Amino acid sequence: MSAVAVATAPTRPVRRPKRVRPARIALHAFLIAMVLVWLFPIGWAVFTSLRSYGDTALHGYFSWPVNGFSLVNYQTMWSQADLGYYYLNTLVVAVPGVVLTLLLASMVAYCCTQYSWKFNLTVLMLFTAGNLLPAQVLIVPLYQIYLHTPIATLGSIDVGKFSFALFSDNTLLYDQYIGLILINVVFQTGFATFVLSNYMKTITKEITESALVDGANVFRIWWSVILPLCRPALAAMATLLFTFIYNDFFWALFLIETGAKRPITTALNNLQGEFFTNNNLIAAGAMLVCIPPILIYVVLQKQFIAGLTLGSTKG
Amino acid sequence: MKPEAGAVAISGRRRRYTLLTRRDKILLALMVGIPLALDVILVWGPTLASVLLSFTNWDGIGVPEAKNWVGFKNYQFLFTGYSQFWPAFAHNVIWLLWLTLIATPLGMLFAVLLDREIRGSRIYQSVFYLPVVLSLVVVGFIWELQYYATEGFINNALGLVKSGHLIDWLGDSRLNLYAVLVAASWRHIGYIMILYLAGLKSVDPSLREAARVDGATEVQTFFNVVFPVMAPINVVIVVVTAIEALRAFDIAFIINQGKNGLELLSILITNNSLSEATLVGFGSAIAVVLLLISLVPIVTFLTRVMRTST
Repeated sequence: MSAVAVATAPTRPVRRPKRVRPARIALHAFLIAMVLVWLFPIGWAVFTSLRSYGDTALHGYFSWPVNGFSLVNYQTMWSQADLGYYYLNTLVVAVPGVVLTLLLASMVAYCCTQYSWKFNLTVLMLFTAGNLLPAQVLIVPLYQIYLHTPIATLGSIDVGKFSFALFSDNTLLYDQYIGLILINVVFQTGFATFVLSNYMKTITKEITESALVDGANVFRIWWSVILPLCRPALAAMATLLFTFIYNDFFWALFLIETGAKRPITTALNNLQGEFFTNNNLIAAGAMLVCIPPILIYVVLQKQFIAGLTLGSTKG
Repeated sequence: MKPEAGAVAISGRRRRYTLLTRRDKILLALMVGIPLALDVILVWGPTLASVLLSFTNWDGIGVPEAKNWVGFKNYQFLFTGYSQFWPAFAHNVIWLLWLTLIATPLGMLFAVLLDREIRGSRIYQSVFYLPVVLSLVVVGFIWELQYYATEGFINNALGLVKSGHLIDWLGDSRLNLYAVLVAASWRHIGYIMILYLAGLKSVDPSLREAARVDGATEVQTFFNVVFPVMAPINVVIVVVTAIEALRAFDIAFIINQGKNGLELLSILITNNSLSEATLVGFGSAIAVVLLLISLVPIVTFLTRVMRTST
């Protein structure tokens, strides 16, 4: 399983008959053309974001900047749109979200793969299928649940004009970080359970059995035997889940009402109407929002791809 | 399930059970029970509640009562009276067909082209995969900069701004769906490529070698040898594609809140039933339609998982 995920191409006899050459060149030409097509939209956005509004107003967007490039749009976004706080909102949701998802999903995957009981397959299927549902299928009743579930208020941590409620500051799940964390965790647990159970199926049950013989309880075995064995899969899932939650738009759009509580992705959309007066700012905003996932991708590319492919191929 | 539990008592299985103490069993029940309860309360419960609410005219105020029950009236109005339903339905179908017939095959093509010893394969892969890490919100913003009528790149590059024959890529209701689909494909293709590459790498290389010895061309080898043994991953890819098409929401919402040519079932649900909208029952009926369609790929996927697990 893990071998599949991180496998390098199986060694094949390398034979390069001369007549293949033109085909090779055509292939590279095609791929390079595609690479340019792929990178162009991002490149154009970067280009636009680095131009001052005065420049583009005078010469149009389809022109070369006369006075060079500047970071003024990024400065404006950062200082006037409170982008820093929105990043914080995302972190407040994504970090506990990823940790809780991995804990819950690994527990379920462990119980369903290391022990045989009557409904273990059914439970796995329930989690898997739940994650495949379109979110819109359940949002209407969920929204009502969020509006009507009482939650304790426990004060808050205030940072500037932003207030991070420890539990809830309106006695509801609605419009709360905790509510947003909860739905992200539960929805992603389905996916993570599926992936981790695929991984854990490759761990022999004898390990669990001998630990039981040694007198460890099932909780202890999960925590100190199985989780360490799953470290590669957990790392891959953590990377993937973080970007999933970072990129979430839908849940935050409908379950968070207060603008100041919105995570960065949803906040960007909010700014579209009120703050973005020109394309240069839109471009800078979009670039700022996509820098963290791109950095994660560049640094942790292996984890990223392993996480995705663990879910699709079965060992 | 049943014969396995009763008649075939494998010795290993029995041994394991005796190893578990009462406390272990309670711990197991908790470790499965807590996540399961959350999943049922926040995912499956609301899904079933959507089905029930779809038979009511509840407006979201107070508690739904017996007098709110309207039978199939929501569905009747949905199919015959609600002018946005069939366009939205058609857009979802176009979305599905576009992804299935254009974007997904392209992703597979990229995977096949990159699954061999060519220089820079890694770099190509990284580039094609890059948009997948971006949120659809950002994808929408990035493509708006291409599509805007007077300020966007495309019309300027085509000289349409100079000549004054502007194409309103995002505003023209005959075009905007396809403009959005191009943007969505930019992201979808890399995703499919990575999934398919993983599958291709798990194909036994000796199969290819045998085909080559028999004199098959690369194209013949792919279609006659590789593609058939990839059946399980092909199913995953079709399912992923279908689910993506049914879930489509973010990018259309970013462009114009899903109006004027970009109506989608998902957006009709939220427009009718959330925030200030009060047609909870009616929106739920649309959700049920979406649910029933989604069950096709979901059940397909589960039966495949079942088959490989047992």
